[in-house]
Amino acid sequence: MSDLYRIEGLRVDLPLPGDLLSALLPIRRPRLTILDQIDLAIAPGETFGLVGESGSGKTTLARTMLGLAAPAAGRLVFRGADLTGRAAWAGLRRGSAMMFQDPVGSLSPRMRVGALVTEPLIIAGRPIADRAAEAQRLLARVGLPPGLAGRYPHELSGGQARRVCVARALALDPALIIADEPTAGLDVSIQGEILNLMADLGRDQGVGFLVITHNLAVIRHSADRIGILYLGRLVETGPAAQVFARPAHPYTASLIASEPNPDPRRRRADLAIRGEIPSLLRRPAGCPFHTRCPIAVAKCRSIDPGPRAVAPGRMVRCHLAEDIPQPRNPAEEHSR
Amino acid sequence: MTAPLLDVRGLSLSYGPVRALRGVSIDARAGEIIGIVGESGCGKSTLASALIGLPAPGATVAGEVRIAGEDFLALPEARRREWRGARVAMVFQDPMTSFNPVLTLGDQLVDFQHRSPVPRAEKRARAAAILARVGLPDPDLALRRHIHELSGGMRQRAAIAAALLMRPMLLVADEPTTALDVTMEAQIIHLLRELRAEHQGAIVVITHHLGVIGELCDRVYVMYAGEVVEEGTVDEIYHSPRHPYTRALIDCDPAHIDGPAGRLPTIPGRLPDLTGTLRGCAFQPRCPRAGPRCLALAPPRVAFGPTQAAFCHEAGR
Amino acid sequence: MPSAVDTGTAAAPAHRTRGALARLARDGLGLTGAILVAAFILVALLAPWIAPADPLRLDVANKLQGISLAHWAGTDQLGRDTLSRLIWGARMALGISLSATGLAGAIGLVLGMIAGYGPRWLDGLMVLCFDSVSSLPVIMFALAVITVTGPGVATLILVIVTVSIPGYARLIRAQTLTMRNADFIVAERTMGASTARILLRHMLPNVVGPLVIVLSMDVPVVIMLEAGLSYLNLGVRPPQPSWGNMLYDGYTSLRQQPLLVIASGLPLVLATVGFTFLGEGLRDALDPRLRVASR
Ligand SMILES: Nc1ncnc2c1ncn2[C@@H]1O[C@H](COP(=O)(O)OP(=O)(O)O)[C@@H](O)[C@H]1O
Ligand SMILES: Nc1ncnc2c1ncn2[C@@H]1O[C@H](COP(=O)(O)OP(=O)(O)O)[C@@H](O)[C@H]1O
Ligand code: SF4
Ligand SMILES: [Mg+2]
Ligand SMILES: [Mg+2]
Repeated sequence: MSDLYRIEGLRVDLPLPGDLLSALLPIRRPRLTILDQIDLAIAPGETFGLVGESGSGKTTLARTMLGLAAPAAGRLVFRGADLTGRAAWAGLRRGSAMMFQDPVGSLSPRMRVGALVTEPLIIAGRPIADRAAEAQRLLARVGLPPGLAGRYPHELSGGQARRVCVARALALDPALIIADEPTAGLDVSIQGEILNLMADLGRDQGVGFLVITHNLAVIRHSADRIGILYLGRLVETGPAAQVFARPAHPYTASLIASEPNPDPRRRRADLAIRGEIPSLLRRPAGCPFHTRCPIAVAKCRSIDPGPRAVAPGRMVRCHLAEDIPQPRNPAEEHSR
Repeated sequence: MTAPLLDVRGLSLSYGPVRALRGVSIDARAGEIIGIVGESGCGKSTLASALIGLPAPGATVAGEVRIAGEDFLALPEARRREWRGARVAMVFQDPMTSFNPVLTLGDQLVDFQHRSPVPRAEKRARAAAILARVGLPDPDLALRRHIHELSGGMRQRAAIAAALLMRPMLLVADEPTTALDVTMEAQIIHLLRELRAEHQGAIVVITHHLGVIGELCDRVYVMYAGEVVEEGTVDEIYHSPRHPYTRALIDCDPAHIDGPAGRLPTIPGRLPDLTGTLRGCAFQPRCPRAGPRCLALAPPRVAFGPTQAAFCHEAGR
Repeated sequence: MPSAVDTGTAAAPAHRTRGALARLARDGLGLTGAILVAAFILVALLAPWIAPADPLRLDVANKLQGISLAHWAGTDQLGRDTLSRLIWGARMALGISLSATGLAGAIGLVLGMIAGYGPRWLDGLMVLCFDSVSSLPVIMFALAVITVTGPGVATLILVIVTVSIPGYARLIRAQTLTMRNADFIVAERTMGASTARILLRHMLPNVVGPLVIVLSMDVPVVIMLEAGLSYLNLGVRPPQPSWGNMLYDGYTSLRQQPLLVIASGLPLVLATVGFTFLGEGLRDALDPRLRVASR
């Protein structure tokens, strides 16, 4: 099976903020490795969930996949074509779309909704006979009333702005949509609307999704496969149901365990994971997670664990992957 | 049973024509953690502002907010200022709002104690002690830091420390974990749990995250369109909700559903316009169980046992 | 104690433009400014029709007259009708100041967007140029240019445009810099929009607002500059009527007839006040945050 988007051995270094002088001088500013050794593949029509705490590099990965940040090493392949030349990137622009974390902020503030949703068609040079009718068609696809076409972004509610972003993403019938925190800032009462809409698009139109979030409940609900990002590395990837049922990395297990449960009868005493995510400037030696890991042993502090396959389609970076204490959440028992 | 520490009766608050609170009554006993839950825009932050006696300028307030028996809202502003900190304190969603960005944490924590007669060194020691208590590593160093030098989780801990500094009877936390990652959220939940055990007062936690309610609270008030629509113990609210809104809210939460469950339920429609009076039940346009009475009559309070009650025509059926 | 009020819940802003106009109309000073400015523009446009006499016609017999029915604002030392000269002077003052600020604003807009959106080395280079130009003392620079090209309206505009470009360009550059990584610009890039499209369709409408405000507040400065340079005989050359020339004439004949100084000073003051009020009103109406920041 050919992948929709494949990433091999990706490393991304971003420059540390510099001053004017360094901009004028031909010296290179010092760079910080934000993402490292990323391997990931998204199949057509699949929803891949990317989970990680803030600062772990989720947005940087999305930006790199869309050509907004340059890789320092590694390959990016979209529909079988290496993203190296102009033509390949143009193909990616036509075949993919991004939904930003802040929907209102990603819509040009002085343009009306109708112009915004049809803009991708204009940019791609697609001939459209009637721009207004095309706008109505796109708005209808995401369940928005036609009257919205005349509004400005700041006149939309959070849920409406999200839908406008989905409509815009759909304009070119993309094969891949990258959605950064698609439910951030939405009430539970309407976040289902967006997730259902995305699920429909995946099922009916074969759109593949990369869903970036730190909301585990959303990922558990919507993703086919997931990847867990910690300090710029994927520490675990695998089918969502399996990873949630039997996390192989202690970080994954801690994340699942720290998710607050709305059911007071399942209240747990040991909710919290220790400490905070370390600074990228001081990446721990050995396993990057050892400073917070509840089961770390001596070699974790010196030897960086490489990727290992623990089951078909499951990768983990941990020396002790077989010894992870499993979540004691009874809800997970029956889904094994 | 002792008298409640916090007793809010018939609290109404309007921003001009917008009637953001409509006759809210809640209470909290010493040692209790109360949860206030509801969609955004339903008046949770407005309630918080009234609880600390700081409604937005221009807002009109009616009703009582009694803390230890005294009506806070009836006091002159000078007295209220004395009370703030000593009797009620607040933690915001964005901890930056609690601090002055140009002062060090230590200077501010000392400054917050300006009413206390003890010497400055003692105040500083108390500040360090409370930072240690909320789990800031190396509190003496933290005292010399500015708020922006701390990480998000540490900022919220510092804000909680500032709120607890004067040992308030009532701590109001408005969305204290909303801006945080899961791991930091869990740590703050733990901290609040521990503080409850030590702290003699009551804690009011405002959130739209049902997980926070489930892990932390003893009793819950569910708000909709500026009104309390259901109250009960956290177990009653989660396992036998009586108000259709409470039920819908719980059903929508993906955390409530084990595993991938196909389509997520939603609550179609949106909050009603809060200007003017609402006829009948505010939830009626979105309610799956609404009957003819819901359109015309304000819903009655229907009690289910000593702790649970719902404001709904259909709740008893 | 922590005591800030949650400001994150303010109601959605009203429709921007309509709201801004309504706010401007409600703001008394802003409205006064708008009316004054409109009146001056009208006078300048209609000068050939409303001026009661030829501003250049000499009548030495009737020099330095006071207020009379024939000469509502008196006459100058050569017997020319002061009111007519003031009206034509308004045309000169507004023509020069509006075209100079407009031109400088347009050039500053383009340069600022290029500096703010282009590569870092280009930005550094351009900032260096802006700084060098704005470090020139205006009068010295004007004198230098005038010794080369001689005084005149074109020279005046050239000097004013040159010295004001850096300020506008830097304003636009700062705006562009803060916006170049805004999500909506990045979103355009992910869709493959060309740089020209991004700058013209998306950047431009979002950065011009503050520039318009600054420009309207700079018009009176330029009017004063024109008057000042003309007073020094470095600007508009006599006998062309200009408020600055007239002030000079009035000053030389102050002993005999103070009316000329008063009459030619008044429109200068009114125009300055009008544009300043309008600018402040616009600023408050378009962006209430700037008011707080500038006080
Ligand atoms: N343009 C940039 N230049 C330098 N560092 C950056 C830049 N953007 C992000 N970073 C850093 O990269 C890390 C990852 O950021 P990000 O990808 O935004 O994480 P996430 O989306 O998971 O919160 C952070 O430490 C952030 O400070
Ligand atoms: N300062 C204010 N002025 C006018 N209206 C306000 C103000 N603060 C809140 N509101 C309005 O009051 C209602 C309740 O808001 P809020 O208390 O912030 O709700 P929540 O915290 O539950 O999201 C909303 O309709 C909101 O727009
Ligand atoms: S390798 Fe060791 S430190 Fe790293 S996660 Fe596994 S157990 Fe923890
Ligand atoms: Mg991000
Ligand atoms: Mg709120």
